[in-house]
Amino acid sequence: MRRYKRLIIFFVPGTLLYLGLFIYPSLTGLLHSFTDWDGLSPSYRYIGLDNYRTLSENIVFSKSLGNNMKFMLAVVLVQTVVSLILALRLSKETKTSIVLRSLYFVPTVISSVAVGFIWTFVYDPTLGVINQALEQSGFGNLTQNWLGDINLAIFSIALVQAWAHIGQMVILFVAGLQAIPTELIESAKLDGGSRWQVFTRITWPLLAPAAAIVVAFTTIQSLKAFDLVFTMTGGGPNYATEILSTFIYSTAFSSYKFGLASAASVLFLALISLITFLQFRILRTDRISY
Amino acid sequence: MLLKLLKWLLLIGFALVVLIPLMLVVFTAFKSTPQFYANPIGFPTKLFTGNFRTLFEEQPIWRYARNSVLVTVSTVFFELLLASMIAYGIIRSGRVFGKGMYALFAVGLMIPSQVSIIPIYSLLHKLGWTNSIAGLVAVTVSVLMPLSVFMLGGFMRTLPKEIMEAGSIDGLGEWGILLRIALPLSAPYLAATSAFLFVIVWNDLLFPMLLVNTKEKMTLPIAMLQFRGEFVANYPMLMTGVLVTSIPMIVLYVFLQRFFISGALAGSLKG
Repeated sequence: MRRYKRLIIFFVPGTLLYLGLFIYPSLTGLLHSFTDWDGLSPSYRYIGLDNYRTLSENIVFSKSLGNNMKFMLAVVLVQTVVSLILALRLSKETKTSIVLRSLYFVPTVISSVAVGFIWTFVYDPTLGVINQALEQSGFGNLTQNWLGDINLAIFSIALVQAWAHIGQMVILFVAGLQAIPTELIESAKLDGGSRWQVFTRITWPLLAPAAAIVVAFTTIQSLKAFDLVFTMTGGGPNYATEILSTFIYSTAFSSYKFGLASAASVLFLALISLITFLQFRILRTDRISY
Repeated sequence: MLLKLLKWLLLIGFALVVLIPLMLVVFTAFKSTPQFYANPIGFPTKLFTGNFRTLFEEQPIWRYARNSVLVTVSTVFFELLLASMIAYGIIRSGRVFGKGMYALFAVGLMIPSQVSIIPIYSLLHKLGWTNSIAGLVAVTVSVLMPLSVFMLGGFMRTLPKEIMEAGSIDGLGEWGILLRIALPLSAPYLAATSAFLFVIVWNDLLFPMLLVNTKEKMTLPIAMLQFRGEFVANYPMLMTGVLVTSIPMIVLYVFLQRFFISGALAGSLKG
């Protein structure tokens, strides 16, 4: 007990700051979700569940939700598969693999605003490198308006999100692969297992915890995505790339509907909590010992 | 043989996917506008440095950079200071209390910044702390507290308890153990955590965008959004902006790679 008294001082400044500037405001956000506050006027009224009702009828909100899911699935799929394939080739500590791993990580350290600008240029319908390359190699009929096409735009941004984070996931997978005892793989090879058998029977099951972490992290990261959409399309064209975070942002800070935006935030938080909870359960049951 | 070739193609193929957009930035930054329209994606035929001159003359780049440095360095400093104190408190204070505190911070890991930004904004407004670098730093420190406590707590838990007990027996108080034993032993972890936080804070868009609204106080990512407003679809100017603002991070990364990578590894393992 005396020890707690001596230690309490270590908690005080950080915890106060955290509670005061993060937890307390987040809780007031919950209250605001039941009001008609515009964010500017000093007074507001409690209107019960009206904001939630409005959201359930709001087409842009449901569109954002759908886009968020498309975006998440595309990012998780591309990011996990590509980084796994690359990591399998780069798990040995040779000079080449260290250099390549470091190179793949570079986009992660660049600001997402810069990444957004770079890819707006890469995707430019006339000046961009993708369409130019397609034209010049005789595939001119494959050129697309990558960010302007209603069906394509959200996936174009998902690829950029994956581009920016694959390096990080390669590192996670490599750490997972390096934790697998090499003797297991060696002995499986000695027993005459083919490469494919070794992968499906030994490597993959033992890699499952690392894969679960990658999937969990990627899911949360892509659900929370904001910067790329904000810089590349701002939610357009015609709400085709609007996701929950940009919807909340523009509802609060362009339309000054703080109450409504707070309600959307509460639902967004509920969605994230639900997905995290489900993943926690999967992670727990997948734990493997060796 | 063919398989080996395929493997290499894959690795080099992805290296190109990373490199080509980055090289385009450099090429484009050194092209004049007519040069760019004549040849939008190739090598610059003649090195043109006018974009850099325009950028530095028309934009207070140094001020933005100074703001970014000020915000990032002070945020990371206070974050490490406060979070390492908490992490130390958690590992030293036994099961129930330590776990309880840990849970309190774990809650914050779940809340995405888009959710908390609205009430934080109105709170700062009420307090009159908007458009101040100190306010921005305070908010960023508190929002990143869960992640930092998580990372540093995870690291510090692996320190051998006996060494700290020995320090205690030798007459060191809690501060002495923290400063003379726990922190020095955690040096590589502190470096990894600060590299991870550095990337997050330096590149942050949302909080500076909302909490800071005059050119005086802007950080580089916000300034970049401004450039776009002023140089609409002028790719040579935009890419010059991208290049100039990204160089500090890339240089830092090249020199401190090890810490960046181990920090990102630990930061992602929050599962």
